[in-house]
Amino acid sequence: MITASNITHQHNGKPVLKDVSVQIPGGGITALVGPNGAGKSTLLSLIARLQPLQSGQVLVNGLDVQTTPARNMARTLAILPQTTEVTPRLTVAELVGFGRYPHHRGRPGPQDVAKVDEAIETFDLTDFRDRPLDSLSGGQRQRAFVAMVFAQDTEYVLLDEPLNNLDIAASRSLMQTLQGLTRDHGRTVVIVLHDINYACAYADTMITLTDGRLGPCGTPGDIVSDAMMQQVFRTDARILRVGDRVLVEA
Amino acid sequence: MPTKLLAGLSLAFALICVAYMTVDAKAGWDFILPFRGTKLLALVVVGVAVSTATVLFQTISGNQILTPSIMGFDALYVLILTGSVYALGGLVVADLAPIKTFLITGSMMVVVSLLLFGSLLLDNRQDLFRMILTGVILATLFRSLTSFLQRIVDPNEFAFIQVASYARFNDLSIDTLAIAAPLTALAVVSAWSMRFRLDVLMLGRNISIGLGENPHRGYLVTLLLVAVLVSVSTALVGPVAFLGLLVVSLARFVLPSPYHSHLLPVAALISAITLVGGQLLMERVFRLVTPLSVVIDLVGGLVFLTLILKSLRR
Repeated sequence: MITASNITHQHNGKPVLKDVSVQIPGGGITALVGPNGAGKSTLLSLIARLQPLQSGQVLVNGLDVQTTPARNMARTLAILPQTTEVTPRLTVAELVGFGRYPHHRGRPGPQDVAKVDEAIETFDLTDFRDRPLDSLSGGQRQRAFVAMVFAQDTEYVLLDEPLNNLDIAASRSLMQTLQGLTRDHGRTVVIVLHDINYACAYADTMITLTDGRLGPCGTPGDIVSDAMMQQVFRTDARILRVGDRVLVEA
Repeated sequence: MPTKLLAGLSLAFALICVAYMTVDAKAGWDFILPFRGTKLLALVVVGVAVSTATVLFQTISGNQILTPSIMGFDALYVLILTGSVYALGGLVVADLAPIKTFLITGSMMVVVSLLLFGSLLLDNRQDLFRMILTGVILATLFRSLTSFLQRIVDPNEFAFIQVASYARFNDLSIDTLAIAAPLTALAVVSAWSMRFRLDVLMLGRNISIGLGENPHRGYLVTLLLVAVLVSVSTALVGPVAFLGLLVVSLARFVLPSPYHSHLLPVAALISAITLVGGQLLMERVFRLVTPLSVVIDLVGGLVFLTLILKSLRR
């Protein structure tokens, strides 16, 4: 379980998060949703210790992210940041191999090689294995980065808007792979999503943020409603229910 | 693959060294051995220092075009040297043992470059063109300040500075070698011992944190090594504008692997071969008509232009 308590954060004097306390359950996919500038990515990067906490505390499985040694943290929690720089000529297999770094510190063993092969297969990258990243399409490259984060073999995997720049086929296949990994491998995925429909379709838990404050949290079927769309996104989009599926009008 | 490449380069390096020591040896060996030997050692030290500094700098700045020289590190060293001549007087500086001069200038160099480039590199990685622009502005600023100081010092002191402001492969400051060689060895060993961390740091700040590396500390240590290595090479031969870019681009071109455990030795060998081989050609074949630095800067400058044009097209 990830427990964030009393997180208040300012960026250049402007408040981004205001006293946010939230618990993210272990297992399944938890989606962070909210309008632009609501503080979703900031909350995720604070949980992942990409930025130092200004106030409050984050515990991941009881480990304080501020004080736990970086290497131990990297074996519990993995993060895929929103913008990733691409080192020229780095191949897919080399990139995915870096996911094992927290375990081997530069000297990969047979187990690390096996995990890398497994991640490459899971994310359907076998054909691109030895291709440099800068020769791949946006979707393929994003899959390679997600594969690296999964090769890290951590209980918690945090992804910041991984569907950016992906078309519908690539988005769906990525979300389905993530769903499979939470179900079959017991991973916990925390994901910032821009499109609430993807959150409704794939998330087990939804956490909403507006203007730096926590909104309704729960399963998408329970919390997504006309009133919630008005409160969180300030739009009058209608909700359609098809069977047990929730769809938000575009 | 890298093993074969490394073996080939080591062989070429050994041959070039033997050639440098023996071609046209007319005097007795008891003269030639120490005379050419120290020069050879100095050239190798400069080559390794420049290539290692360039690889390290490119890793922490996240691009493969910028080098410490382009960002103005060498110019900063010359400025500090000029500043101390101006402040202390040329005779005082000239009277100091060269090793003392080097230690004073070198340690000031480390402090100033950490202050200046630290804030530029550590907080946030800038985009490439902003970095190039910053580098060009800083380098120009350092050079202008240097020439301003040169104009107001007295002519005797000017002569002293003048020598230090240009690349000189024929007239190396051998006296500094006693401290420069061990310092370079120390810095190179440190870089080698953090080769796996450098691989991770190359992926950028956020991914480094995700993989359990502290990028802030890593960048700081690397920047420190760069400052030491640049001080060493500038003290020995003066500013070498495009040597680093030339040899490291060449290393990346022949080497398919992105790992520092391969890149550092390959770049160092190519750099040493270029310097020793180039100097051998200039001294024995072209009879010193053209300085080696001019040739290296011409070719290196062309490589720089090509790389920039290539990155613009992307």
